[in-house]
Amino acid sequence: MSILHLKKDAIYVLYKVKIDMPSEIKVENLHVSVEGKEILKGVNLTIKQGEIHALMGPNGSGKSTLSFTIMGHPKYVVTKGKVLLDGKNVLEMAVDERAKKGLFLSFQYPSEITGVTLSNFLRTAYNEIRSANGKEKIGVMDFMKLLYEKMALLKMDKEFAKRHLNVGFSGGEKKRTEILQMAVLEPRFAILDETDSGLDVDALRVVAAGVKKLSGPTVGVLIITHYQRILHYIKPDHVHVMVDGKIVKSGSSGLAEEIEKKGYDFMVKEK
Amino acid sequence: MSEANDIVSEYKYGFNDPEKFSFKADKGLNEALIKQISALKNEPEWMLDVRIKGYRHFLERPMPKWGANLDTIDFDNIYYYGKPEGEQATDWKDVPEGIRNTFDRLGIPEAEKKFLAGVGAQYESEVVYHSLRSDLEKKGVVFLDMDGGLREYPELVKKYFCKIIPFSDNKFSALNTAVWSGGSFIYVPPGVKIDMPLQAYFRINAKNIGQFERTLIIADKGSYVHYIEGCTAPVYSTDSLHSAVVELVALEGATIRYTTIQNWSSNVYNLVTKRAFAYANSRVEWIDGNLGSKITMKYPAIYLLGEKAHGEVISVAFAGKGQHQDAGAKIIHAAPNTTSQITSKSVSKDGGRTTYRGLLRIAKGCKNVKSNVSCDALILDDKSASDTVPYMEIYENQVSVGHEASVGRVSEEQLFYLMSRGFSQEAALGMIVRGFMDPFVRKLPMEYAIELNRLIELSMEGSVG
Repeated sequence: MSILHLKKDAIYVLYKVKIDMPSEIKVENLHVSVEGKEILKGVNLTIKQGEIHALMGPNGSGKSTLSFTIMGHPKYVVTKGKVLLDGKNVLEMAVDERAKKGLFLSFQYPSEITGVTLSNFLRTAYNEIRSANGKEKIGVMDFMKLLYEKMALLKMDKEFAKRHLNVGFSGGEKKRTEILQMAVLEPRFAILDETDSGLDVDALRVVAAGVKKLSGPTVGVLIITHYQRILHYIKPDHVHVMVDGKIVKSGSSGLAEEIEKKGYDFMVKEK
Repeated sequence: MSEANDIVSEYKYGFNDPEKFSFKADKGLNEALIKQISALKNEPEWMLDVRIKGYRHFLERPMPKWGANLDTIDFDNIYYYGKPEGEQATDWKDVPEGIRNTFDRLGIPEAEKKFLAGVGAQYESEVVYHSLRSDLEKKGVVFLDMDGGLREYPELVKKYFCKIIPFSDNKFSALNTAVWSGGSFIYVPPGVKIDMPLQAYFRINAKNIGQFERTLIIADKGSYVHYIEGCTAPVYSTDSLHSAVVELVALEGATIRYTTIQNWSSNVYNLVTKRAFAYANSRVEWIDGNLGSKITMKYPAIYLLGEKAHGEVISVAFAGKGQHQDAGAKIIHAAPNTTSQITSKSVSKDGGRTTYRGLLRIAKGCKNVKSNVSCDALILDDKSASDTVPYMEIYENQVSVGHEASVGRVSEEQLFYLMSRGFSQEAALGMIVRGFMDPFVRKLPMEYAIELNRLIELSMEGSVG
């Protein structure tokens, strides 16, 4: 009868984990070219729901290429290898289908969309994803409640909801808005591409705290970072280092600290 | 065949009803027909005179060559006048069933109940239904069809008819003057502010028919009126012609907002002349949306004749397969301290073509004029095109004039960004286009904004190959 002594939240967590087998996204020997030039040269990486991975590496090593390829940007041509989501071939899916299956990319440089308010855009996206997953769309009032909750989490002013998507946003505001989208859309796998770059210390703290809150047993996170600043706030379970289109080293969070001390050079030389 | 299906699938107003005319002229135009129309309408002598003058000028005047290609119009293959069965009604119950069903399908009676102060519904050449809220009638507001206006307010009509737009202004204003029928006549007494819009709806039903409505709106001192017109037609394989003339007079301190949602089927030539005289402290706004038609040529004009008058033209054009939207604005500053704003937004796709053609003129001595012109074009694919032809004639130094123009394409990055959030490519394009048109849509009453967004969505269907 010990279950009766568990708190309600704990029952919920047990229940969640039990019904949803953790998903995984698996990148296998991935080779990718852009405009005829090979950027990724055989990447292997597996992320399970509930895990936080960090992908580090010098500029031009192919980190962003990996994120765009997983999300399906048409410019990135896969010449070899696979990306599997619970065994299903992600590379055959249209970009929007990937989103509907629970993939999310926080952009380093998100596009500006004039005339479309953040709230309208995000409500439409939210409902598109819901209905693709057999759930009912929600109305404006309910959505606004949800949106304001998530905005509070990221310390964003309500006025932001009325602004046109990314138009005239500062670099930091754009990053915050990306994480807000993650908070609302609740993906199973989120790739955060250089979310920490261009943020001042205060903004970084808020965004990192937000990401930390959003991570949990139901989401797998891949944090792509050059400067590892964000890793001071979020401790990854696994750290990978990419150099010249390949993951050259994987390890625990200690690896990030090592890089911080020594830089990337030692690994480039080892290679 | 598949081509015709394409058009029909995108255009939901393409249905037609059996033709039931109480009078239908033979095809083609001649003086005898003009006399017959005038006699049928029991018009005063002066109106017949001006019709004949218009007709003669139409014959002499060459086709304009500076804009869209009009060579394919066959003037002999058009019916210039067709009076539908029944008499003009003030109750929808009295409108013949077929016509009533059509306007039901177009949602007019429903809109009238919800948010309009008055409605005029024109079918072919005549207005078949007319209404005005009784409290406005009591305040002296006049809202009639133009024929009714001429009968009941002959002096007022005579004072302004052809005075804002002379019959000789251009070939199509001459044609309209010769064969005009229907349209709206509105008079708003001094100080009266009409809280809800008045709407006219123009429907072409028969094949090869021309519609030549004539509208005159006079807003007396300090009054306010918002007039909305909408229009649709069936899809036919042969062409129809719509050529209207609209004259507005905003007297001192008056405001006229004139909104058009033009959604003709893609076999209609839409060649329209619109002009407003704006006196001191008045305000005229043309809100002009062009979604339909084969070719549209239309440049709503505002003559700012008194100090502190303000003129605004805000327009959107949407050109799809086989369409050319040659639209724009003309603003003439003829008094000091006047202000104006032109905002034009155009979208072309599937081989469609948009042209912004505009004129801004500031006469000598008109000091402290402020004007801003902004035109943006969005091109959705490589088959489509857009041109900008802005004229500026400025004869006074002490003025402030701004001009911005942009031509853009939807970028791969924008599409990818939206799709990565769960939008299909079509939905992503639709969202970008709606956002682009937002400054226009925001000027519309909510019901029309929703309708316009829906129309844009329909036009966007099938844009992803």
